[in-house]
This record gives sequence, structure tokens and C-alpha cells, in this order.
Amino acid sequence: MLHFLRVEGLFKAYPGVQAVNDIGFTLDRKEVLALLGENGAGKSTLTKLICGTEKPDKGKIFIDDREVYFDSAFDAMKLGVNMVHQELSMVGDMSVAENIFINRQPVTRSGRIKWKELYDATRKIMGKFNLDIDPGTIVRKLPMGTQQLLEILKAVSAGAKILILDEPTSSLTIDQIDLLFDLVDTLKREGIAIIYITHKLNEVFRLADRVMVIRDGWHIHTAPVADMSVNKIVSLMVGREIKNLYGEARAIRNQNNSDGAYCFEVRGMTAKDLYSDISFGIKKGEILGVAGLIGAGRSEMALGIVGAHKRTSGSFYKDGKPISIKNPRDAIRRKIAYLTEDRKSLGLYLNYSIALNLCCNKLTAFSGPGFVDKRRLAQYASEQVRLFNIRTPSIDQKVNNLSGGNQQKCLIAAWMGVDPDILIVDEPTRGVDVGAKSEIYRIIKDYADADKSVLLISSELPELLGICDRIMVMHNGRVTGFVDKNAWSEEIIMHYATGTAEELEKADA
Amino acid sequence: MKTKNGPDLKMLAKNREVVVILILLAGTCLVSAFTPYFLTSANLLSIFMGVSVEGLIAVGMALVLINGGMDLAVGSTMAFTGVAVGLLLKNGVPVLSAILIAMLLSAGIGLMNGLLIAKLGLNPFIATLGIMSAIRGIMLILSKGMAVLDMPPAFTVIGQGGFGNIQYPIFITISIVIISDIALRNSRFFRQSYYVGSNEKAAKLNGINVVKVKIFNYCICGLCAGIAGIIVTARFGSASVTLGSNTALSVITACIIGGASLNGGQGTILGAFLGALFMQVLSTSLNLLGVNIYWQNLITGIILILAILIDSLNEMRVSKQKML
Repeated sequence: MLHFLRVEGLFKAYPGVQAVNDIGFTLDRKEVLALLGENGAGKSTLTKLICGTEKPDKGKIFIDDREVYFDSAFDAMKLGVNMVHQELSMVGDMSVAENIFINRQPVTRSGRIKWKELYDATRKIMGKFNLDIDPGTIVRKLPMGTQQLLEILKAVSAGAKILILDEPTSSLTIDQIDLLFDLVDTLKREGIAIIYITHKLNEVFRLADRVMVIRDGWHIHTAPVADMSVNKIVSLMVGREIKNLYGEARAIRNQNNSDGAYCFEVRGMTAKDLYSDISFGIKKGEILGVAGLIGAGRSEMALGIVGAHKRTSGSFYKDGKPISIKNPRDAIRRKIAYLTEDRKSLGLYLNYSIALNLCCNKLTAFSGPGFVDKRRLAQYASEQVRLFNIRTPSIDQKVNNLSGGNQQKCLIAAWMGVDPDILIVDEPTRGVDVGAKSEIYRIIKDYADADKSVLLISSELPELLGICDRIMVMHNGRVTGFVDKNAWSEEIIMHYATGTAEELEKADA
Repeated sequence: MKTKNGPDLKMLAKNREVVVILILLAGTCLVSAFTPYFLTSANLLSIFMGVSVEGLIAVGMALVLINGGMDLAVGSTMAFTGVAVGLLLKNGVPVLSAILIAMLLSAGIGLMNGLLIAKLGLNPFIATLGIMSAIRGIMLILSKGMAVLDMPPAFTVIGQGGFGNIQYPIFITISIVIISDIALRNSRFFRQSYYVGSNEKAAKLNGINVVKVKIFNYCICGLCAGIAGIIVTARFGSASVTLGSNTALSVITACIIGGASLNGGQGTILGAFLGALFMQVLSTSLNLLGVNIYWQNLITGIILILAILIDSLNEMRVSKQKML
């Protein structure tokens, strides 16, 4: 049978790793192929080979049964192969229209841009996918999610016939995810072939026709999605069974600790335009989840707690005593640690070694009379690398070269160094593969078991339900409700998160 | 999000050109209240004559800033081209050929900047700092450190002649500003600079020849500085070896006042020209009002910092999500 895209025996090696090893597959028009694998399995290398940003060492790519060679991503684009990168490639300072038609603006014979035509074409293509944005809007001012959708529109309008989507939902809100799914359905109907990379398995079952799993650069299995189950996919991906991603259920601690006083309390914390009147307490040994939609103000609240920006009001109590937190330095001194959701730009020094990253917030501990004691620092770093199971050839490796999961473990390890009593983790498993996820959950739970407190901000409900003792829900900058382990369901949380809990109560009454 | 038709006052207020024009008008009213000499045709002409040099260099600088670079060598390029055209004329080269050769030389300096930055990946600040010093050195070697005097009248007419009261340099600069502003707004080729400056990786991915765009812009920048050097030399009838020692900084200031950003991707040529005009009006006003020359550097510096501050405050409002 003639396949639209046929890939045969691709090989690609980087110094020290065989990233892609004899991978072959086919893809047809109107088909969505989910490409799955842990971080570091070779997914991104494979897609780079297909979209022309890297050249294979060996192997052939056929489109419509004609062998093709790509010298650059632009070459591939000209033949209709388009990749939508996880890191957006929007040009922030320019308008929506000039982004979608980047370097392809309709022009007169003398090279003058026909603005009306450009804007009309932009409106037309956005209309097709139910987006209503002024084509003249500067892209930088749009939310990340919208930019992600525009990125896909850009590829489609450039005449993409094969579209590679790399974790397209990682920065989208729930509404936007629905919009994206509709978009993918429409594209499929129009005859476009899609390779869809994701870590969220529910998306696979919603969108994909076939599933391809790769591991350590090898092709493991390809099958129609109907023949697959979540458990099967996960075990194919990690090569071992993960019985329960979230580990053993934690004993309900509230019961033996219900009278226990809060060891950390926030009262009436407000910052104009960000959040208002945030009050909650957290007990020793408790994992308090924070649920909410993107834009609910969860990360802002966390940044507020550690004093990263000015608040208009709010008081803080630790072990019953009022404390003041004016800036992150105060927070660290009070043993409150915040692990950012944006590990690449706010959490880690990507160009520095693992060792330096692990010691960044406690350099003084390694300085003798003014100088940093390199030997002790290395010792400490190796110890942390072992403790947190960071997979790396050496502590001198740049953090940039680690996979997402290992970067996240570095971030956690670095902050554990300050020995916090209150640990605030923000989206700790974003862009992290299943194996590393379960390790991160274990770390968080071990930590709580040592009678510390954890505030876990997450957009993944299953994660919150899986490891938290209690969940606080936010909507529009306010806390809309608390749910206990014995009384929660995804539905209740979503109602609080969308600000429709009152309707729910009314319906119950 | 709603689509709007017709003029939108808020949008206008966000448009840097409009803001600079309003400030210029307000400043003119204010200064005229204190001195009758400001709003005279002689004074206005001298302002435009002054801006015909830095305003012209601002065209090239705007291009370079927009595509994410900077050019510190414009002052040396200007001085070098002036000396070059002077020496060529002294050695009997016909006026037109001398001018063309000098222009080619200045574009060549730009080309060198472009090659170092785009091809070899040097930091624009360092590369043009080096070229700045090297070019001034060559110029001093060629001129033996002496000004080149006694230009032929067929040459000086470029700087001194004019239509009626309005001198040629004003025409030259304003037409270059208008033409290049329209080109940068509307031509696909020129708009590549914005893509490159705002997101180089994305530009490359979408088939823009980033190296070519950058080299082209540095060439234009060098050429603008060169034309400015020829105009100054023609105007004074001599090529000074100390010309342009402060030019790069004041032109960059002008561009930033006019809406360009050192991060690239922003700004317009009209804005840059208006920024230069603003600086010229400011210094003329300070002179007319009898403010000591020593104070003027201080005031220029404060204005630059204010312009950047307003810029970064705007920026902060836009990206409020980060909150740090």
C-alpha cells in the first residue's frame, strides 16, 4: 500500500548516545499518530530528522513514495512538513497577521506588502478555526495558549501536509485544549497527517488513530489506539510496570492530626490585580494541593507568599507566631522554599554545571574564609545527585543538557539544600516523563512524611488527587473552596475552579 | 477581542511617533514663551540643518537596532568618509567619482561590521567598538592627523547650496528618511529585519536568510554614516579628524527615544528621525535659553534614561504574568 509518509531505518548518533536507532514507520493522510516515549527516548531527535532541522546518519524518508532530502527546516516546510515546536517560535514584536504569514506576506510585484489582503487572509484562516483576534494585535500581548494555536495556524496556512505537534497542550488552559482538539479534528478532516507528541495519555485516546512508542532510541511498538490501554502504553514506555504512578496511598493524616495547629498560615493576603484575600493554613506532614485553571492566580499567590512582589496586605504565621516575609531572602530564612513552575528561566542556571546549581542558594555553606571550598562543594553535589537520583554522567554536566525530569530533580535538590519546613512546588511534573514523575512524587511524599509541609500547585487533577491530603481551589485570584480527601471528586474541584460551585450547591439543595 | 475601525485615541497614545511629535510641539510652545528667537525661520532651518546629519545616521542605526544589533562605529565611519572624500578631491579625483568612492568605502565599513557580527558571530557591541577604533586609526594615518582643507566649490555646494532658503542636506536627509520609512513599513524585504530582531531562531526556521539581512543592514548603516560624513565635509568645506566622536551614543539615544529597543524587534525610521529632531530641538533650546553647555550632556543623559525607563515600565505592564 502506498503511504503518504514512509520512514525507513533512520539512525542518528550524537557523541555518546545513539539517539535514534533503526526507526521506521508510516503515516497516512487524515491520520493522527501519537508518538510516545519518556523524555530522552529519542522523540525529539526523531522529529528533528523528519522536519529537517537535523540530518540522519542513515535512513530514508519518502513522501508520496518519492524519496526526499532536507537540508534545512525550510526545505522540509516547502514540501509540506511542518513542526510546531514546544518552545514557541512566534515573533513577539510583530502582529498576528505578520506572524502567520511570516516571510510570506502577499506583496505587489515591487515587493510592497498588501496589508488589506494580508489581514483578510489572516481573518479568514482564524475564522476557519473559530478564533477571533484582531490581525493587527502584537503577538507578545496574547496569552501563551493563544500563541500556541496561532503557531499551528501558521503551519497550516503555510501549506503543511504533515504536521508535527510537540506537546501542544502543555501551556494551554482547559478551554483552549478543547479548541486545539477541535482544530486537530478539522485538520485531520482536511487530509493533513499529524504526528502528535504528548505526555498526557488521555489526549492520545481522544485524538490518535495509532500509537507509536519508542524507548532509548529504539522503536518498541506501533498499534492502533483501540488495541492499547493506559497501562499498556505506560509499561511500553518505561519498559517496566509502574503499578501505581502516585505510589502507596498516604494514610489520611487529618484524622490523627485534625486538632493539630497549622504550622504555617496565610491570612488575608492581597495584591492588586493578582489575587485577593487569600487565607489558608497548612499542617505538619500535610500535602495541600492547589487546583485551579491557568490564570487563577496560583503561581502569583505562591510568589506572593515568598515575597517576590509587593502585596497590599496579608499576614503570615509560622508555628503560631507572626512572621514577616518582605522578599524571597526572608522566605528562605524562615525556611519557606518556592520551586518555580518555570524551571528553565526562573529556576535553574541552565549554562552552569549541576554542582553549581545545587549549591546556588547555599554557597556560604561552602565558603571557608571567603573562598568557596570546591572539594566540599563537589562532595555535597555528588551526594545530592545520588539522593535525588539525577541521571547524569557527571556533576560538571551543564544543566541544559539534562532531560526535563532530571532538571526538575535538580531544582528540587537545590531547594532541599536550604532545608525548608514549608515547600511550595509549582507544576513539578510539567514536561516530565512518567518515570521521573513517579520519582518526584516519591520525593514529595517522603518529604511530607518527615513532618514537613508541602503546598503543591498543579494543573493536573489526577496528580493532585493522587498525592494530596487536601486541596485548595482557586478561581480568578480568590480561594473558592477546600476539599478533603474523603469528600473530593474531579467534578467538585472543577466547579470550584470555574467559579460555579454555588450552582452545584444549589443543585444539591 | 474586538476589532476596531477608525482612529483609536489609546492606540495613538501608545504610538511612539505621535508621543514624540506631541512632546516636540509642547516643547516648542514652552520655549517660544521664553524666547522670541526659537520660532524664527533661521532657527528652524538651523535645527533641520543640524538634524540632517544625526537624523540621517539614525536611519541606519534604526535598521541595525531593529534587527537586534548596534553600531558604535558610525562616528568614525562618518569622519573617515569625510577625510576620504577630501583626500580624493585633493588628489584630483572628479567630484562625482570621489563621492561615489567614499560612499562605497563607508558601505564597506558596514560590510565589515556585518561580516564580523553575522558571519563570525561576534557580539555587535565588541565588534563595532573594535571597528570604531580601527577606522579612526586608519583615518588618522591617512590624514596624518590634520584636517583636510580647501574643498572645490563644485563639492561644497552639496552642503552649502540649496533651493531658496532650504539647504540641500535637509532635502537629502528628509527624502532618505521618507523613502526608507515607507520601505521598512511596507516592503517584505525590509520587514525581515523585524523578524530577525524579534526572534532570530523563528526567522531562520521560516527561511529568512538571517546572515544576509544583518549584513545588509550594517551596510546601510555604514552608508548612512558615510553620506552624513560627505555632507558635513561639504558644508564646512573641510574634513575634520575629530568629527563624530560622540555620534554613536547620541544617535542611539535618538533611536531609543523614537521607540527602538536595544533588544531588537522594535522601532521605526520615522521614530528614530523624530528622536534625533527632539535631541536637536532640545540642545538648540538650551542654547537659546542660555543654559551652560556643560549642563547639556547631563540633561541628554537624564533624557535617555527617562526614555528607557518609560519603555521598561510599559514592558512590565505588558508582561505582568511574570510578576518578578
